[in-house]
Amino acid sequence: MSHRNFIWICLLPLVVVTAAFFLLPMAQLLAVGAGGSRGVSAYLAIITEPRYRATLINTVVLAAATTIATLVIATIAGLFLQRHRFPGRAVLIAMLTFPLAFPGVVVGFLIILLAGRQGLIGAITAAVTGEKVVFAYSIFGLFLGYLYFSIPRVILTVMAAVQKLDIGLEEAARSLGASPWAVQRDVVLPALGPAFVASGAIAFATAMGAFGTAFTLATNIDVLPMLIYTEFTLAANFAISAALSIGLGVIAWAILALARSMSGGAVAAAG
Amino acid sequence: MSAVAGHGASVHIQNCGKTFPDGTQALAPASLDIVSGETLVLLGPSGCGKTTMLRIIAGLETPDAGGRVLFDTTDMTAVPIEQRHVGMVFQSYALFPNMTVAENIGYGLKIRGVDKSVRAARVAEMVALTNIGGLENRRIDQLSGGQRQRVALARAVAVRPRVLLLDEPLTALDASLRDRLRSELNSLLRSLGITAIYVTHDQAEAMELGDRIVVMRKGAIAQIGTPREIYFAPQNRFVAEFVGAANIVEGPVAGGRLTLPGGWLALDNAADNAAAVAMIRPETIGIVAEADAFLRGTVESVAFIGDRQRLVVTGAANQPLTVDAPNTINVRAGERVGLSVTPQAVRVLPKED
Amino acid sequence: MRDRLIFASQLGFTLLVAAFLVVPVVLSITAGVTVNYFRGIQSGVTLQWVVQVWNLYAGEIGLSFLIAFATLAVTLVVGVPAAYGLHVKGGRLSRVIEEIITLPLAIPGLAIALALLLTYGGFGGFRQSWLFILAGHVVFTMPFMVRSVMAVFASVDIKTLDEGAASLGASPWTRFCNVIVPNAMPGILAGSLMVVTLSLGEFNLTWMLHTPLTKTLPVGLADSYASMRLEVASAYTLIFFIMIVPLLVAMQMFAEKGETK
Ligand SMILES: Nc1ncnc2c1ncn2[C@@H]1O[C@H](COP(=O)(O)OP(=O)(O)OP(=O)(O)O)[C@@H](O)[C@H]1O
Ligand SMILES: [Mg+2]
Repeated sequence: MSHRNFIWICLLPLVVVTAAFFLLPMAQLLAVGAGGSRGVSAYLAIITEPRYRATLINTVVLAAATTIATLVIATIAGLFLQRHRFPGRAVLIAMLTFPLAFPGVVVGFLIILLAGRQGLIGAITAAVTGEKVVFAYSIFGLFLGYLYFSIPRVILTVMAAVQKLDIGLEEAARSLGASPWAVQRDVVLPALGPAFVASGAIAFATAMGAFGTAFTLATNIDVLPMLIYTEFTLAANFAISAALSIGLGVIAWAILALARSMSGGAVAAAG
Repeated sequence: MSAVAGHGASVHIQNCGKTFPDGTQALAPASLDIVSGETLVLLGPSGCGKTTMLRIIAGLETPDAGGRVLFDTTDMTAVPIEQRHVGMVFQSYALFPNMTVAENIGYGLKIRGVDKSVRAARVAEMVALTNIGGLENRRIDQLSGGQRQRVALARAVAVRPRVLLLDEPLTALDASLRDRLRSELNSLLRSLGITAIYVTHDQAEAMELGDRIVVMRKGAIAQIGTPREIYFAPQNRFVAEFVGAANIVEGPVAGGRLTLPGGWLALDNAADNAAAVAMIRPETIGIVAEADAFLRGTVESVAFIGDRQRLVVTGAANQPLTVDAPNTINVRAGERVGLSVTPQAVRVLPKED
Repeated sequence: MRDRLIFASQLGFTLLVAAFLVVPVVLSITAGVTVNYFRGIQSGVTLQWVVQVWNLYAGEIGLSFLIAFATLAVTLVVGVPAAYGLHVKGGRLSRVIEEIITLPLAIPGLAIALALLLTYGGFGGFRQSWLFILAGHVVFTMPFMVRSVMAVFASVDIKTLDEGAASLGASPWTRFCNVIVPNAMPGILAGSLMVVTLSLGEFNLTWMLHTPLTKTLPVGLADSYASMRLEVASAYTLIFFIMIVPLLVAMQMFAEKGETK
C-alpha cells in the first residue's frame, strides 16, 4: 500500500463519521427549517417576528453582559495571580479553575443553592433584613450561572497570556515615567488584547447557546435555546425550531470566526 | 567491518525534474550517473534543489513525468522508500524519541525480521564503528548533538543499504566538532565502500568527502567533476566563484595574451577574443618586484591571517584582485607591486548568455 | 504602602471570586450529607441520600460510563489516524476538514441534537438505543481528540520521523504503530481525558437525544433537580463531583506538565 493511500485510509473513517452524523444532519436541519409553512422565510423569522426578535435581543444582551463581566473579573484575578507569589496561591488557582468542566445543569443547581428558594443568600438576607432575597430564577440568576461557567476558562486564558508578556516592556514604560496605572492601561491591557478577544468570543458563543443552566433554573426568561426547546418539544414546531437553531449556530460560529481572524488564530477550542 | 563492505548499487538518474504542486520548479530535468561505491556530493547554495534531488533518489518525492531513477539496472521510480533499501541520514537526524539508542540503530533490522541475536551483534558492531560505546541504553534526548549524529549514521548504515543518503548531516553541529566528524565520516565511507550521496552547501566538506562533486545552481546542474576539476577548471563563472575564492578578470585576448589595465597575462593556447572572462585563484598569484612583472598594481590593504596574508591589489585588473601571499614577505598598503601568474593558473571561462 | 493596599484589594477581590465558585459547591456537598437541609447540618450527617441516589440512578451512572468509554474508543480509533492524515496531508483540503470537524464546538449542542433527531429519528432501533447518544457525543468530542493529537504532531516534526522510519524499510502501518502513535502519546492522553470528561458531563445534546431507557448521569441530574428533594439532588451532584474531579485534576496536571516541558 502506498503512503498516499494509507493517508486516505487514515482520513476515511473521520470523513464518514462526520458526514453521517454531522454534515448530513445539518443539511437535514437546513432543509426542515425551510420546509415549514413559512418556507425559506423561516430563516428571517428570528428577526422579523417580534417575539423571536425580542428573545434574540434578550439572549445577545445577556451573552454580552456575561462576556464583559467575565473579562473584567478574570483579568483582575488572572493578572493578580500571575504576578504575585504568596502562600496558598496554588490552592486559590485550583479553586478558580476546577469548575472548568461542570456541565450547565450542575451550574444551574449551584446557582439555586446560592440564590434559590432554600439558598444561602435567601437565608442570610432573611436573617439580616427579615426579607428573603431570591433571584436564581430570574435573568440575573441565569447571568450568574453563565458567569460561573465562563470565569474559570477565561482566567486560565488570561493567566497564560500574562505569563507570555514581556516584563521588559513594563519596565521600559516605567523607566519612561509611567505610573503603575498608566503601565496597565498603555502596555499590559493592549498586549492582552488577543487573549481578550479569543476568550471573550468563546464566553459569548457559549452563553448564546447554553441550554443546561437555563433548563435547570426553569425560568420563564426568554433565551434562544429555551425558545428552541419549547418550540420543538411542546409546540412540535419543527421548521421554526430548526430555523432558529440554524440562526443560533450561525451567530455563534460567526462570532468565533470573527474573533479568530482578529486575534490571529488564538481562539482555542470552546470546551 | 568486511561484513558491511562492498554492497553499493550504482544509481542512475534519468531526466528527473521536480515541479511542486504550488508551481515551484525546484529541479529542471537532469540526468546523473553515480558509480557503485563512489561518494558523490551535491553542492550548491541554499534553495538550489539539492534536497529535492536527494529525496527523489530516496523515494520521498516522485520526479515529474518522464523522470526515472535506477539502482543498478532496476527501475525504482515507482518503488516507495521503504522498499528501496537505502540508508538515510537526515539533517535533523529524525531519531525516534520513543526508542533508546540501541533500539534506534536496530530498528531497520527489526523491520526486516532479523533475528534478535544477529541484530544485537550488528548493533554492537555499529556502536563500535561509530564510537558511541556506553550510550546504547540512553534516550535520545540525553545525547549531545555529535552523539546524535553518530547514532543517525549508525542507524542508516546498520541495514547495509544499497545507497547511503546524507542531507547536510553535519550542519547542525558547531565548527570544531564538524571538522572532526567530517574526517571520521570520510574514513568510514571509504572503509565501507558504500555508494553515498552527500548533500552540503559547505565547499570544504564537499572537497574532502567527494569522489566527485555535482555543483548545482537554481535547480540545474552547473558542473560535475572531481574536486580538483571543480576547483582548478570551473566551467563557468558561478562554479568558479562558489567553490573557493576567485578573481574574475575581463579583457581582450590576442596572440595568447590577456590585456588588463595594469599590463598583460600570458595564456595557454587561448583563441583570440575581444571580451574574454578569466578566473585566477588568489593563491596562484605571486608578489614580485614591480620591475620583474608584466602586470602591476598598488597594494590597497594587507590582512594578516596567520598562515598567510591576504592582499587586495588595485589597478591591475578592472576589479581589485585578491592575492594570498606567504606570511613571510613584507608588503605595506600603498606600495606598488608586480604580479606573476603562470599561464596554467589563468582559466578562461566560456562565454555566458 | 500604596502597593500593599493594591495587593490587599486585589487579593480580596480574587478571594471573593473564588468564594463565588467554591461556596455553592460546598453547599451542595453539605446538603448531600445532611439529614434535613432546611434545618441545617445540626439535623445530623447521613449517607442515606447518597445510598438512595445510588439505588435510584446506578443505571444512569453506568450508562454514562459506557457511553464515555465508547466515545473514547471511537474518537481514538477514528481521531488519531485522522489527526495523522490531516497533519501529513496538509493543504487546503485538510484545513477544510479540520474546520468542519471543529464546527460542533461553535454550534450549540441543541442544534446538533435537533439535526440528529430530524435525520435519524425515524430509525427506531437506532433512535431507541444508547448508540444514538454515542453518535452525538462522538461528533461533539472528536475535535478535542484530533486537535490535541495534531498539536503534538506540530511540535515533534512527525513528518521527518515518519520518513526516517520509511528509509529504514518500515511500511506505513508499521510506522504508524512504532513511531507515530508512541510519539503522539502525550496528545492522545490529554485528548482522552478531555473526551471522557466532556462525555460524562454532556447535557445539551444528551437531553434531546435520550429516551426513558437511555438516561445518562447528567440527564438523571436534571431529573433529580426537577423532581427530588434538595438533599437527594445534592447527593447526586456529590457523586458527580467525585467522578469528575479526579479527571479534572489529571487534566490540570497534564496541562502544567506540558507547560514546563
Ligand atoms: N514541498 C515543497 N513545495 C514547494 N516548494 C518546495 C517544496 N520543497 C522545496 N521547495 C522549493 O524548491 C526549491 C529547492 O528546495 P531544496 O529543499 O531542494 O533546496 P536545497 O538545495 O536543499 O536548499 P537548502 O540548502 O536550503 O536545504 C526551493 O526554492 C524550495 O523553496
Ligand atoms: Mg536542503
